[in-house]
Amino acid sequence: MKKYFFPADSKKRKTGIRLAGIALTALLLVSAFAWSAGLIGQRNTTRTFLENTPDSFPAGYRRAHGKGICFEGTFHASGNAVPLSIAQVFGQKDVPAVGRFSLGTGNPHAPDNSSRTVSMALMLTSADGEQWRMKLNNKPFFGTRDAVGFLKQIEAFKPDPTTGKPNPEKVAAFLKEYPEAKKSMEYDAKAPWTKSFAGSEYYVINAFLLIDSNGKEHPVRWSMRPHASFVSMSAEERKKAGPNYLFDELKKRLEKAPLYWDLVLTIAEPGDPVNDPSQQWPANRKQIIAGTLEVNRVFDQAEGGCRDINFDPTLVPKGIALSDDPVLAARAGIYSHSYNDRVREIGYGKATDAVGKPKKDNSQNK
Amino acid sequence: MPPSSFNITARILHWLMAAMILTMLFVGVGMMTSLTLRPWLLDLHIPLGVAVLLLVIVRLINRLTRPVPKLPGEMPGWQKYMATILHWVFYALMFALPLSGWAQRSAGGFPVRLYPGFHLPAILEQNPTSYALLHDSHRIMAWAFFFMIVGHLSAALIHGFIYRDNILQSMIGQKKLTDKSEEICSDQ
Repeated sequence: MKKYFFPADSKKRKTGIRLAGIALTALLLVSAFAWSAGLIGQRNTTRTFLENTPDSFPAGYRRAHGKGICFEGTFHASGNAVPLSIAQVFGQKDVPAVGRFSLGTGNPHAPDNSSRTVSMALMLTSADGEQWRMKLNNKPFFGTRDAVGFLKQIEAFKPDPTTGKPNPEKVAAFLKEYPEAKKSMEYDAKAPWTKSFAGSEYYVINAFLLIDSNGKEHPVRWSMRPHASFVSMSAEERKKAGPNYLFDELKKRLEKAPLYWDLVLTIAEPGDPVNDPSQQWPANRKQIIAGTLEVNRVFDQAEGGCRDINFDPTLVPKGIALSDDPVLAARAGIYSHSYNDRVREIGYGKATDAVGKPKKDNSQNK
Repeated sequence: MPPSSFNITARILHWLMAAMILTMLFVGVGMMTSLTLRPWLLDLHIPLGVAVLLLVIVRLINRLTRPVPKLPGEMPGWQKYMATILHWVFYALMFALPLSGWAQRSAGGFPVRLYPGFHLPAILEQNPTSYALLHDSHRIMAWAFFFMIVGHLSAALIHGFIYRDNILQSMIGQKKLTDKSEEICSDQ
């Protein structure tokens, strides 16, 4: 019994050193774990991207693109992409499709004129059970070459509390570190706004690798190119339009007829900036129409359906693989946090209008 | 007479699974924070978790059917009791963590992918409440398991290098050669 308390005095120093060594081992393990979990150290993690979400954010909604509508439809493969990829979806005549059209603003109750960005999220499930998820925006490139650039851009453009405008020195410093962002800012200032979800082209932005039957990899990007014509909307028209003009117009269109988009694959050539989402590829690159998406109906996301799907673009089927685009990898974790947070709110009964229940009276609407 | 060490299956599984489980824990927290590595960490986390689940079944059968060394007679009763309980909690966690992870993926409508083209079936219907409960328990159990492992490792080192009893050796497989007072058979 004596042994299991402190040993004889003569050994105390050795024991002390050994105990210290054991404690140090434990401390190192715990520190390494805490660092990996982002609890210590200053590293930017995927969690950092949700830090700007206010506590009062409505429960059950996506933290970005909160306002959206679910759609259902079918993807009809053309067969043209079969030589490039063994993914079954490229050879299947009718692939069930579920997706979501959304507005770029975070707040799910924002008016439709609050953002130029509109987006299509899509999940295709081929007969072998493989899923292909994607989330596309109506802008063909990303503002910065990496994910951290996105955070730094937000930081640089935060209005200075004294002037109410961004601090020009901060902006200049940001543009020095991320010169590619200039192109993005010019695009945002000049590019026309769409009058309809139907006439928008939606771009994947990040590159993926198609894998053919020989195991060869083909870097591609794609877009969903509309059959409907693009119609722009001027600033004055947008000011006068109702708060839900995009979503209302979409519902009206689909009452009359389905909407169509072609899945257009653009094939990179050696040397093209495959892993830089801020750089487009030359306009003359070969394009293949892999198939056509037919959208038949839309329904309220509060009903479910697309609401509880995480349209994580890294969820690709056999026959498609990820490129080394750093923004693509970051999106996986960021979307996961938004999904976990909102599904927790829904799952634990905290959500109200997000799931079709009446809003509560408190300011947090929770 | 009880053996002085665990049998070879138990020892191999212990060290192999220790490495796998520590890896899983770090991969788990890493994939929830990493800006660049999440897709690959997740692609490792799922098949490695399934491997742990398969191995723990073998390990449990071996544990229940083969003799195990006794704890030293000099050890206070409460310590023996605590050690026994905590080691069974370890078994429970080695089952509950992979199963809750599999169930969580199912409840979120996500494929449970072992490698491209090969998925395990969903074990639950897609449901937000199930997802929330399973995700939270998976996370809480993983953190608890991590700290228990740090404690387990520290205790093993204390037994091995400070108390110098047979406990560490029983999982390494050598009989202790020093200290004649360690007559294992006589401490019933």
